[in-house]
Amino acid sequence: MNILVCLKQVPDTESQIKIAPDGKAIVTDNIKWVMNPYDECAVEEALRIKEKFGGEVTIIGVGPKRVTEAIRTALAMGADKGILVDDPALTGTDSLGTARVLAAVIKDLEYDMILCGKQGVDDDSAVVGSNLAELLGIPQVSVVVKLEISEDGSVVKAHKEVEGGAFVIEAALPALITAQKGLNEPRYASLPGIMKAKKKPLDVKTIADLGVDAGEVGESGAKIKVIQITPPEERAAGKMVEGETPQEKADKLASLLHEEAKII
Amino acid sequence: MAQGIWIVAEQREGELRKVSFELVSEARRLADAMGQPVAAILLGSNIKEKAAELGKYGADKVIVADDDRLTTYTTDAYVSVIAQLAQAQEPAIILLGASVQGKDLSGRLAARLGVGVAQDCVALSIEDGNLVAKRPIYAGKAYATVTYTDSVPQIATARPNVFELNEPDESRSVEVIDAEFSLDDSQLKTKVAEVIEEAGGKVDLTEAERIVSGGRGMKGPEEFAILEELADLIAATVGASRSVVDAGWRPHADQVGQTGKVVSPNLYIACGISGAIQHLAGMSTSKLIVAINKDPEAPIFQKADYGVVGDLFEVVPALTEALKKVL
Repeated sequence: MNILVCLKQVPDTESQIKIAPDGKAIVTDNIKWVMNPYDECAVEEALRIKEKFGGEVTIIGVGPKRVTEAIRTALAMGADKGILVDDPALTGTDSLGTARVLAAVIKDLEYDMILCGKQGVDDDSAVVGSNLAELLGIPQVSVVVKLEISEDGSVVKAHKEVEGGAFVIEAALPALITAQKGLNEPRYASLPGIMKAKKKPLDVKTIADLGVDAGEVGESGAKIKVIQITPPEERAAGKMVEGETPQEKADKLASLLHEEAKII
Repeated sequence: MAQGIWIVAEQREGELRKVSFELVSEARRLADAMGQPVAAILLGSNIKEKAAELGKYGADKVIVADDDRLTTYTTDAYVSVIAQLAQAQEPAIILLGASVQGKDLSGRLAARLGVGVAQDCVALSIEDGNLVAKRPIYAGKAYATVTYTDSVPQIATARPNVFELNEPDESRSVEVIDAEFSLDDSQLKTKVAEVIEEAGGKVDLTEAERIVSGGRGMKGPEEFAILEELADLIAATVGASRSVVDAGWRPHADQVGQTGKVVSPNLYIACGISGAIQHLAGMSTSKLIVAINKDPEAPIFQKADYGVVGDLFEVVPALTEALKKVL
């Protein structure tokens, strides 16, 4: 079974986010870049499926050269090969543009399943996966916490997390699945894995290689335009609840919640 | 020319979800500013009687798509119906809930219509006839204000619990229209095999009005009983920090933060949570934050409206008792 994993590199979740002077981007100096946490689950699931059914796992990334680090990490975990689309024309590409680039890569590949993270923890849009499934005309199941594949490899049964429960969705393959945390526990890359990854193929392509029109990507092709990026509003200074004993503090807090905030 | 604001109402088991009314309320405010009508799109089976409820919050008309294949949400069927309606009637704006359903639906619908979508918005306005949306990025460590180019309709999803509900107007009448659509079974490639409801029917964190959350300071999974007790008393949902989930004390579905749920309750009580940046990012839009922690230097106190420095194993049970008296 051949599986494609679309992967993004994002700032580590412990990063402080600073806004650039132009107010339209974040400051990327001193950012620690990591594989998107949900994509780690996608890679792990792909490897488990490969271990059961055989086949190949191909990692696809879109972005600048540094993204090769995240792709190499996935190769070190056990994926077979990587493809990076790196092109200066991609600066400012939105979700739909990214999905177009991915679709252009994928149209030449044979696959049974595409796995993505449920969202990037940078832009938090959760759009590329469903955009891509639509462009490819294949079914999608998003926010998946459990995945079962029929013995003959033709049908997937995916547990999709919904508010207060789950939907179990059946889809014929090929399908696109987006991974939620809890789907699995991603493995760490082993030292031999890291050594092997250095020799695995990692193709770098430009949009011209893929036949993508520059007008469809980058800022000029973006349907969503950022007007400005702002910091969160500061919260007003809070009140420390004083008291001699835990009991006294708890009583005061209860009356503050009831009488001052009128929230309980 | 594209006209009007649509909202996609959300129902589960035939009951409208609260976000549907939040969407109608916000759409009414935007539509009044534009001098345009609000239509709600309602998909389901035997669902027509729910249309009047949407009218009370401000919908001028409700377009009902009634079909057995629309009983429970599936991407294929819902996107197909809404795309057909949008292509035929050309609304200027379509709003959906930033729920699991709305996020799944909006991305696919946007790609089918070749337009952009602004996801998980916390503020919406109209400038020069275009929708302008403010949305958290990096789980709320920053906010992006975005608009659209070359997008008709302009699609956005609204974060649950953020947009204010209109006072329902019982006297408001609403025009109910049967949607014209066709569904081709060969296009429906996914089906819902089973719906699993979580035991106890607790409110999901993303929809909860009150949350009691526990962190590393809880010391172990069994100690969450004191949080459950407080939560039961005040009708809250119990959440957890990432370290607690990573330790296996609570399921991932309970995690609040950048790689868990991003929440906006009216009341968030953080117990034994120090306040790692990825946790603060996920809960700092809560309306009122209470922190209970042993360590007076814990970063959570920077975000708290009320802070209690103390042993949570003493303070939390005492708080539960004290609240029993005032309730």
